Amino acid sequence: MPYPQQLKDLMKQVAATRAQRVAQKQSGWHFPFLSLDQRKEMLNHHPDFREEGRREVRVGPSKGYRVAHEIVDLLEARSRVDPDRLDLARVALETDVLIIGGGGAGTSAALLAQEQGASVVVATKLRHGDANTMMAEGGIQAATKGEKDSPYFHYLDVMGGGHFTNEPELVHTLVTQAPSAIAWLEALGCNFTKSPAGRLATIHGGGTSRKRMHYAADITGAEIMRTIRDEARNRGRDITLLEFSPAVELVLDERGHCVGAVLYNLETEEYFLVRAKAVILATGVCGRLHIQGFMTTNHYGATADGVVLGYRAGVPICFLHTVQYHPTGIVFPEQAEGILITEKFRGSGANLCNVDGEQFVNEREPRDVEAAAIIRECSVKGKGVPTPSGKAGIWLDSPMIELLAGEGTVKREFPGKYILLKRFGIDISQEPMLIFPTLHYQNGGLEYTSECTTKVPGLYVAGEVGGGVHGANRLMGNSLLDIIVFGRIAGENAGAYAKQAARPGALTLDHVRRYHQELASAGVGAERIAPMLLPDYTPPDVRGRQLTAQYQGTLR
Amino acid sequence: MSTNATVENLVPIFIMGKRYEVPETFTIMKAMEHTGYKFLRGCGCRGGVCGACSAVYRKAGDYHIRSGLACQTVVEPDMYLAQLPFYPALRQVYDYATTEAAAAAVFALYPELFRCVACNACTKICPMEVQVMDYVAALKRGDILQAAEQSFDCIQCGLCASRCMGELPQYHIAQVARRLAGGKLKPRAQHLADMLAAIQTGRFGDALADLRRADKDRLRTLYEQRELEPEMTGEEWRPQATVGL
Ligand SMILES: Cc1cc2nc3c(=O)[nH]c(=O)nc-3n(C[C@H](O)[C@H](O)[C@H](O)COP(=O)(O)OP(=O)(O)OC[C@H]3O[C@@H](n4cnc5c(N)ncnc54)[C@H](O)[C@@H]3O)c2cc1C
Repeated sequence: MPYPQQLKDLMKQVAATRAQRVAQKQSGWHFPFLSLDQRKEMLNHHPDFREEGRREVRVGPSKGYRVAHEIVDLLEARSRVDPDRLDLARVALETDVLIIGGGGAGTSAALLAQEQGASVVVATKLRHGDANTMMAEGGIQAATKGEKDSPYFHYLDVMGGGHFTNEPELVHTLVTQAPSAIAWLEALGCNFTKSPAGRLATIHGGGTSRKRMHYAADITGAEIMRTIRDEARNRGRDITLLEFSPAVELVLDERGHCVGAVLYNLETEEYFLVRAKAVILATGVCGRLHIQGFMTTNHYGATADGVVLGYRAGVPICFLHTVQYHPTGIVFPEQAEGILITEKFRGSGANLCNVDGEQFVNEREPRDVEAAAIIRECSVKGKGVPTPSGKAGIWLDSPMIELLAGEGTVKREFPGKYILLKRFGIDISQEPMLIFPTLHYQNGGLEYTSECTTKVPGLYVAGEVGGGVHGANRLMGNSLLDIIVFGRIAGENAGAYAKQAARPGALTLDHVRRYHQELASAGVGAERIAPMLLPDYTPPDVRGRQLTAQYQGTLR
Repeated sequence: MSTNATVENLVPIFIMGKRYEVPETFTIMKAMEHTGYKFLRGCGCRGGVCGACSAVYRKAGDYHIRSGLACQTVVEPDMYLAQLPFYPALRQVYDYATTEAAAAAVFALYPELFRCVACNACTKICPMEVQVMDYVAALKRGDILQAAEQSFDCIQCGLCASRCMGELPQYHIAQVARRLAGGKLKPRAQHLADMLAAIQTGRFGDALADLRRADKDRLRTLYEQRELEPEMTGEEWRPQATVGL
């Protein structure tokens, strides 16, 4: 869909102020940043602060914690498997380390566990690499330029971005291991954008004090993912990939140690057991729960399964009351709805403008502040740009980049988005984009330590499924970093633990029985099952006619 | 969310030959879901980068086979379509650490490179507009860097392999080329190696320990006082304060 006439008319307001805004930018002027106090005030417009959007979870290790209804619905739900019907004596596969989730964290973990001499099974829901990691565009942070940057400044930026709520130990590990994460990827053949002499290109991201965002054109995550996936495939003798085989329950032994998982073959609809000496949860996030009705940038399998599995096995959750809405998701054309427009556009100079073509916020505020400002502009202030489907959006003035950095820059620096919107008849080097915040990142998750261990012995956590390192708000570029740093640590530690650990005891699903009892006594969740595995986009009328189809949650 | 479009003009499409009516503004993916399909395969990132949802189609009265990603391609009236979520292609195992970044190594892994007859069917089918035949040609000439560059936007959907007369697994070969280019042909970053060494010798230990001890108020103050690298400067910029460096 090209822009209809109505939007083309409104767009003229942006074009009218463009020359002046470009001149200001060139003169070094920028729209004032908010002070810490003003930020706090602005955050009242963020969805996290809508009390009616959440409720207390009434069961499990973090009982009493208020999180989004959509997440509580999954925590207050029964298992997909009936513990009395599953024969625990029939083990389909044995391995040293079982990794659940084949994204960036899981794949890094697989490589490091293998290097410990462990046999590895990676069970993943869709194909290997069908994951949020593949989608990351903007970049990965690390302080690699010692003449102006160091882990010290990176630490301050991470803490400030997270509103000083982050777990210091985790942050310390993140920033001090960051350069070695980049070096590891470089040595594996990952093509970061660099000068002919080998100097890595770095730019700013929201909330960075130094330019430390490394990137591989505008497909940084894909380049990282396909590189480490290729390496995992080369080590196929020790690393077995099970695709279309999501985990639906963890298995413990009588001492409460994690010793495997129940997997579900999505295609043949069989449940089967994998027994392991150590298990790593690396399942990523929750975007497809569409919290508070928001559109999302996340991949098809982002349904918070890992949180459900870990929580039932006894791992508390933290920071899950905060969810990151990326400030700039496409709101028109509708077919591309929710798709992320990387922060790099703003980093390269594109302003945000309201329906009158005015700036209302600096384009490099931390994400939560930026998103809150956009939501406020569209709701309270009524200055959003109306879309044909009755929503509201804000202009992201990409043509500015051409004026600031020269003709052809948009096409060269943002080939992915340029082609995408060109297909819809929109030329983003000439016309601004229409955006609105989109559900993007799960700041919180399962509690884990800087060694990736959890309350449950034998169970490790890595990547976005965990919470704490980013506090209440993650900065761009720190989560690709997070998954490489903590993915590697989890793999190394789980591998070593598996090689040393004594043979685990008898398998049980008693924790599931106990959880079911707890649900029953709280009087909740009898009608729901979790994990969700896949979202359901079947229209209600079609679903109503599927009389012969049996639904297990969202799956038929 | 995805399927709440205001009821609008419906157009007929043919999913594997069977007729359905779907809203004209939908992508192939949303249109299929609209009709009641539930994806297991053939759906991944929903954002045009993972290569899970490649679709092939032709238009009414036209024999040309076209391709697109189901999550990115808008339906057209009388489109005949199918998905190709998987296509078999031989991927060779290689030991990256010991593989030499030389043409001979690539030829040894994939001798079928030379079965390419330069028909260009691969380039024509590529949903990402990658010049597939050109990078294959570059590899035949032994130009790994060029092949890495030209294949950079590849999403490894496998459509090229599905059309190839010479039965090449183009996208697997390109992956080897990119890794050899990235890790072995392009120079490593010296500043990165320097930083690793600095961390190893504990250069930032005291400064970081100081931050770890700081209470929230002091952290806030330090945060607000950070010297910000200006946006429009180049690599030459240096901060004034040396604390933490
Ligand atoms: C569009 C987009 C752009 C982004 N851009 C950036 C960026 O520029 N910089 C940055 O730092 N970060 C970025 N991020 C965030 C970053 O990509 C993610 O935080 C990170 O990749 C998460 O990695 P992960 O390995 O934890 O999870 P994922 O990569 O999502 O992998 C999780 C895997 O687990 C699988 N899985 C889920 N449930 C189960 C189950 N029950 N059983 C088995 N497998 C399961 C999933 O299918 C998936 O394959 C972006 C995210 C998105 C969505």
